[in-house]
Amino acid sequence: MDISLQQVGYLYAKDSPFEKRALQNVTAAIPSGSYTSIIGHTGSGKSTLLLHLNGLLKPSEGVVKIGDTMITSQTKGKQLKDIRHRVGIVFQFPEHQLFEETVEKDIMFGPLNFGVPKEIARDRAHELVKLLGLPEDVLQKSPFELSGGQMRRVAIAGVLAFKPSILVLDEPTAGLDPRGRKEIMELFHRLHETENLTTILVTHSMEDAARYSDRILVMHEGTSVMEGPPEEIFEQEEQLHSYRLGIPRSVHFQRKVENMIGQRFGRIALTEEMLAQELSVAIERKGERPC
Amino acid sequence: MKEIASMHHVTFSYDTEEEGSSLISNKALDDVSFTLYEGQWLAIVGHNGSGKSTLAKLLIGLMFPSSGEVNLFLESLSEENLWEMRSKMGIVFQNPDNQFVGSTVQDDVAFALENNGVPHEMMVKRVHEALEQVKMTDYVNHEPHHLSGGQKQRVAIAGALALQPELLILDEATSMLDPQGREEVIEIVKKLRTEIGLTVVSITHDLEEVLLADRVLVMNEGKVLMTGTPHEIFQQGTELESIGLDLPFALRVSELLRDTGVELQGNHMTEEELVNELWTFHFSK
Repeated sequence: MDISLQQVGYLYAKDSPFEKRALQNVTAAIPSGSYTSIIGHTGSGKSTLLLHLNGLLKPSEGVVKIGDTMITSQTKGKQLKDIRHRVGIVFQFPEHQLFEETVEKDIMFGPLNFGVPKEIARDRAHELVKLLGLPEDVLQKSPFELSGGQMRRVAIAGVLAFKPSILVLDEPTAGLDPRGRKEIMELFHRLHETENLTTILVTHSMEDAARYSDRILVMHEGTSVMEGPPEEIFEQEEQLHSYRLGIPRSVHFQRKVENMIGQRFGRIALTEEMLAQELSVAIERKGERPC
Repeated sequence: MKEIASMHHVTFSYDTEEEGSSLISNKALDDVSFTLYEGQWLAIVGHNGSGKSTLAKLLIGLMFPSSGEVNLFLESLSEENLWEMRSKMGIVFQNPDNQFVGSTVQDDVAFALENNGVPHEMMVKRVHEALEQVKMTDYVNHEPHHLSGGQKQRVAIAGALALQPELLILDEATSMLDPQGREEVIEIVKKLRTEIGLTVVSITHDLEEVLLADRVLVMNEGKVLMTGTPHEIFQQGTELESIGLDLPFALRVSELLRDTGVELQGNHMTEEELVNELWTFHFSK
């Protein structure tokens, strides 16, 4: 399902003395099957935008189109049920939302609410536990007995349980240690591929945005200001700086070396692996040239 | 060198009693010892569940060891002297939103001073100084909740500094911040260390923070796995990775470069070192 945002604006507490504008004239396209990262400084409107992607907020101005469904300020809540079903949001610290007696019940909760028969919901919970790399015996445990990393996986399973075709991730690795962060990011990468998802990642990590996504949307002061593939976005260091954003560590290092040797590499090093490759190519080339 | 804090063979268990069966004890800390001297910066690292948070709780007297001893300022920490000890340390926690009490930045920084009965004039002076040290004087009358994450943590540090502590403890103080906020906070702590010689314990995941420390304590399964300077510690590359820790950027890139067949002389901890080697041995020839 494609998502498109057309001149979306949003005001908190509209028509009250506390009215505050959070979004203005946001226009963006998120094609079906893409992995899009939304980056922006704290307060840039990322989180407000995210809440529009499954109708938790309706735009005050403009149109949010998700598949065939148009959401405007006039859309009634009832019409959004289908959207909620198709767009899963993993909020920050999703483990705070666990509440059931057992992991199995917790994962089944969403599907049962959407009217999925109990047996099917149970089977799905079992499949998901496997898919997320959790031991099967967690199903009958209380979610609160699990480690932090396991709790987070259970909460993610709860979102995947109603088979969303669009998965929205709000800083899914916040508070995890380095290994946990990597595992979770690799997990979403795998799910994106195997489950044919459209993935939208809200992140502060330029490294994650560069490594995992094929499109990037930059937000600044409530407006969409840049949109494109990571190769193009991270070329524009100065512009990103003006939005109080940086570039991935590997690109930063690349620029340092390029300035030192007075020569540009063939391509932008979005990951550390690419950086090592480009460096070794540059070193080889240097060796071949007669002094 | 004056000793500020130390642990001697500290063991701690979260006991779980089960009916009928014997006591199952889960050692969260197992025979931990270290000594911290005045002016030093000690980084404590380890993955989630390695025991580093338990260690922090024992160090600030939120819990007491099952066996062994925690010493602060050359005295054994106990329930009797806990409050006196606490008045000599400043603590900054992980979540900036959970530690504000004042409705403005200056009220918040003044809070602990007021509690400690510091005279008004002295208080005004100390609040101003503390905010100056963290470069937040432009925000004295702002509401703490409207600040950015990095600014909030700087105010929290100012609150700790106003008490003129002999020891500053940062309990994952940068882990919830965005990259810019993290840089702001690290910058301030670096400055405090060189300018006022503050003794710092930082419990952290952040490798750049670890590189700034004089000494590193690596925790794994409740035990001290290794201790040394950041250089010594990061030489153990693969072992650190096997317990779920990350390596600094320059070291990771060095390893990747070796994989592609580029010969490097040393193990480089910082970008500068790596750039210099690349220049000296590969590009300037």
